[in-house]
Amino acid sequence: MIEYATSIKYMLAGYAVILTVLALYIVSLFIRWRNLKRDLQTLKEIQKKD
Amino acid sequence: MKPQPIALKVLNVASVLLFLAALGMVFLYAPLEATMNYVQKIFYFHIANAWVGMLGFIAAAVAGVVYLFKHDQKWDIIELAAVEISLVFFLIAIAAGSIWARPSWGVYWTWEPRLTTAAILEMVYISYILLRQGIDDPDRRARFSAVYTLVGAISIPITFISIRLFRTIHPVVIGTNSAASQGNFDMTSKMLATMFFSLFTFSVIFVNLFWHRIRLGQLAQQVEQLKLEELQ
Repeated sequence: MIEYATSIKYMLAGYAVILTVLALYIVSLFIRWRNLKRDLQTLKEIQKKD
Repeated sequence: MKPQPIALKVLNVASVLLFLAALGMVFLYAPLEATMNYVQKIFYFHIANAWVGMLGFIAAAVAGVVYLFKHDQKWDIIELAAVEISLVFFLIAIAAGSIWARPSWGVYWTWEPRLTTAAILEMVYISYILLRQGIDDPDRRARFSAVYTLVGAISIPITFISIRLFRTIHPVVIGTNSAASQGNFDMTSKMLATMFFSLFTFSVIFVNLFWHRIRLGQLAQQVEQLKLEELQ
């Protein structure tokens, strides 16, 4: 039988990894979206000037 | 780029609510397992992440087949989105599994059949992302990627059945365990309900992120086209 303290420690570590990786991916999606939107805006402005 | 459709907004809200409900079920509804205690609770999200990871790799192979028939870039975008999201979910499954393994097996990692095939599967698709970046021509890249996902898909059933075919210490959730397996436990009805709810929740989250990633791919394609027009 695994001790309670040890068991809780690994459970918390497991869920911390799950939540962190998932959150980082969602943030990366958001940042890439924002950057692409900015690029699109800039390109459209250049096209208008041309 | 069009704003988010209502269905996607609904899916965003549903994903968050389901995720919170799944966490609630894991920590408040599912009973504590007698031998492993709290660490067993990792199992619910571990298995759900592995499930959606494999689901995405299969979706990528299907998108690859469709691309080879239709030669439409939209299928390449779908394929890449499926691979990228599955890589994230499968990485979570591997990492969470390793953390569970430490108190259960005494080690974070051992080269037993399931862990080995899972690591190979992850590396096959990391290579896919890296190799794509080495090809500039979009059509050639899409054709190469489609064939790659088809060949890579061979790893999916091998990973899935590895614990059923070989003598392994990895427990089997559905089916008979190997005599060498360590960390088995009998699931009560509440544990089963929590597992299936987690599977459903992560399937919804997968669809939600998949949709967002496809939209990102479409936006990237739009930017790429404008850049090419500027250069000409």
